[in-house]
Amino acid sequence: MLELLWLIPALPFAGFLVLAIAGRILSRGGIAAVGVGSVGLSCIAAFAAAAEFIGQAESGHFYVQRLWAWLSVGGFTPEISLYLDALSLVMMLVVTFVGFLIHLYSSEFMLEDEGYGRFFAYMNLFVGSMLALVLADNLLLLYLGWEGVGLCSYLLIGFWYKDPANGRAAIKAFVVTRVGDTAMIIGLFLLFMNLGTLQMQELMRLAAERWAVGSGLAVAAAALLLVGALGKSAQLPLQTWLPDAMAGPSPVSALIHAATMVTAGVYLIARTHLLFTLAPAVQAAVAIIGALTLLLAGCSALTQKDIKRVLAYSTISQIGYMFLALGVGAWSAAIFHLMTHAFFKALLFLGAGIVIVSLDDEHDMFKMGGLRSQLPAVFWTFLIGACSLSALPFITAGFYSKDIILFYSLASPLGNRLLWTAGVLGAFITSLYTFRMVFMTFFGEAKSHVHRGPGMRMTVPVVILAALSIVAGFVELPHSLGNIRMFSTLINKALPAMAFRAGASEAETTLMAFAAIVSLLGIFLAYILFYEKPRYADSLANILPGRLIKRFWSSGWGFDWLYETFLVRPFVWFARTNRDDFTDLIYLGMIWTSRGLNNMLSLSQSGKVRMYATGIALGAVLVIAIAVFL
Amino acid sequence: MTQDIYLNHGLILASVLFALGLFGVLARRNIIFVLLSIEVMLNAAGLVFVVAGAKWGQADGQVMFIFILAMAAAEVSVGLALMLRMYHILKTLDADAAGRMKG
Repeated sequence: MLELLWLIPALPFAGFLVLAIAGRILSRGGIAAVGVGSVGLSCIAAFAAAAEFIGQAESGHFYVQRLWAWLSVGGFTPEISLYLDALSLVMMLVVTFVGFLIHLYSSEFMLEDEGYGRFFAYMNLFVGSMLALVLADNLLLLYLGWEGVGLCSYLLIGFWYKDPANGRAAIKAFVVTRVGDTAMIIGLFLLFMNLGTLQMQELMRLAAERWAVGSGLAVAAAALLLVGALGKSAQLPLQTWLPDAMAGPSPVSALIHAATMVTAGVYLIARTHLLFTLAPAVQAAVAIIGALTLLLAGCSALTQKDIKRVLAYSTISQIGYMFLALGVGAWSAAIFHLMTHAFFKALLFLGAGIVIVSLDDEHDMFKMGGLRSQLPAVFWTFLIGACSLSALPFITAGFYSKDIILFYSLASPLGNRLLWTAGVLGAFITSLYTFRMVFMTFFGEAKSHVHRGPGMRMTVPVVILAALSIVAGFVELPHSLGNIRMFSTLINKALPAMAFRAGASEAETTLMAFAAIVSLLGIFLAYILFYEKPRYADSLANILPGRLIKRFWSSGWGFDWLYETFLVRPFVWFARTNRDDFTDLIYLGMIWTSRGLNNMLSLSQSGKVRMYATGIALGAVLVIAIAVFL
Repeated sequence: MTQDIYLNHGLILASVLFALGLFGVLARRNIIFVLLSIEVMLNAAGLVFVVAGAKWGQADGQVMFIFILAMAAAEVSVGLALMLRMYHILKTLDADAAGRMKG
């Protein structure tokens, strides 16, 4: 069965090809069958492969499938080959399963849209690229998937291309992630130049052999890969593209934010974790960037009006948690949070999509309210997602995954109090903004009425994701609560086990209780500020410092302004000034010269025979003179 | 010695003839005179051949002159035919009047 591993990325690609070629001929039903079916089959194949892999895990911890040699140039022979270990297995399952649910949802969500076939073609390509990324055996194939994901995000964010604002958002996403990609490809060059291979396992082995901990090359390589991951995962300082990526349809946001794209950076760092352990400074930077990002994005989420932008900032913030976990060496905690986040964030985006469609494309939360009774199914599922996001203690998946991260940010040898404080503060802000969103959208008085409710194909994925947002947490329980280690046991076959300081495990219960209280406190405060006594929130937002902070936060801490002023504008100015640039003068000069010569020569062609004769005579005299006198 | 004198005289005469012919070609507007002047120039060239043949006592010069005569005859017949056509179209023999381009 594992021999059929290649089918998993191949099926979405095949779906893309069919839709790209025959998308205009097929009926909507046909398009949905191909688009959803390809990812569905891929998902089934992934589960079959997973069952087989876990069953035979005793024999080896990985499975490599070589398909063909990509190219062979002077000792550089990257292969198209797939690598399956516990890490890529988890990623593969998340991508295909969540991707499948999102596809199913989109088949109804996009039904009225004229670009139905185009939409599913892009979506399939997206999932296929992401699968190529996570299953890649060498960094070059990973980079191919990486770029494919970037391309698809561009295509999908700008899916409704008739509005120029969407096109701008798409270009922004593409260009900002490109900054990271450039760093990453330089990192790949560096690795290849020094270690002579891009095959990942080989690379890690050689790096550990040849580079000492903290050596310059290891730091440079890790730093370059980190910048690549920052761009893709929308972390500080390359996070600005993600809130604007909300321009795409809601399922696209779900796909970008939950199953694919933004998790690629986390995956890359986990995949090349050895490089990061060789470069402790860079790993510390990962943790610090994660901590900063989760705080900054959390604050921004607190002040947004657009429901999808709240979710966008919360994604940045949650990825910040994953980076924090990676930075303190809690590899499996990061992947665990990635998985639970994929479930509840996809759920929240899909739920928000239903809300937006039901209210006739209304994004503004201030115009929503009271939807609890009008959309009960969405309300309950959305509430579960929100609880999971704000880590409601003991029942939600988000609690367990976030709790591990918080624990390790303090208890790991690489962790410290500051990181932990940032994490806990972030958890508080998370539950505050999450329940602000819930209260504003679903509670209070109804400000607009529902036009149409969701159908079966939209409800079912949401319900499944809601169930997973709760159940998925129980595969990994802390020592004090049942001590189930299914997830980390699996992941530890691919990634080193998480270490913590001696004596830290006693504090685990205390820390957990603290995190739980903080999360509940956030929900309670949200209840007071945005439901019970909204005038408190209003008056807080209306005093001068409150207003300033609100504006500052809602504009994403001024990063957009900063980049606009110091990078985009000067560049556009330079490009505009340089439009008639001096290198063009060379070519213009050639044009002018030949045009002048042409004019002179055409003057000489007067049609006067006697002039021609004179010319011939003078020419003859000249030639003879030269022949005689020289 | 005398042969050199003949040679020099002959060459000077040829040059004068050639210059006269060239002047005629360049200065006259009537196309008949232009054609006549070309004949003069041709004969100047022929004279050089004959004089040179006499100088080295070889028949080649005179053979070349006969070629030139034949060529001149051909050239004149074509030239006269063109001239007739030109007169037919333009109603004039002014060479400059044929300076109009494009048909």
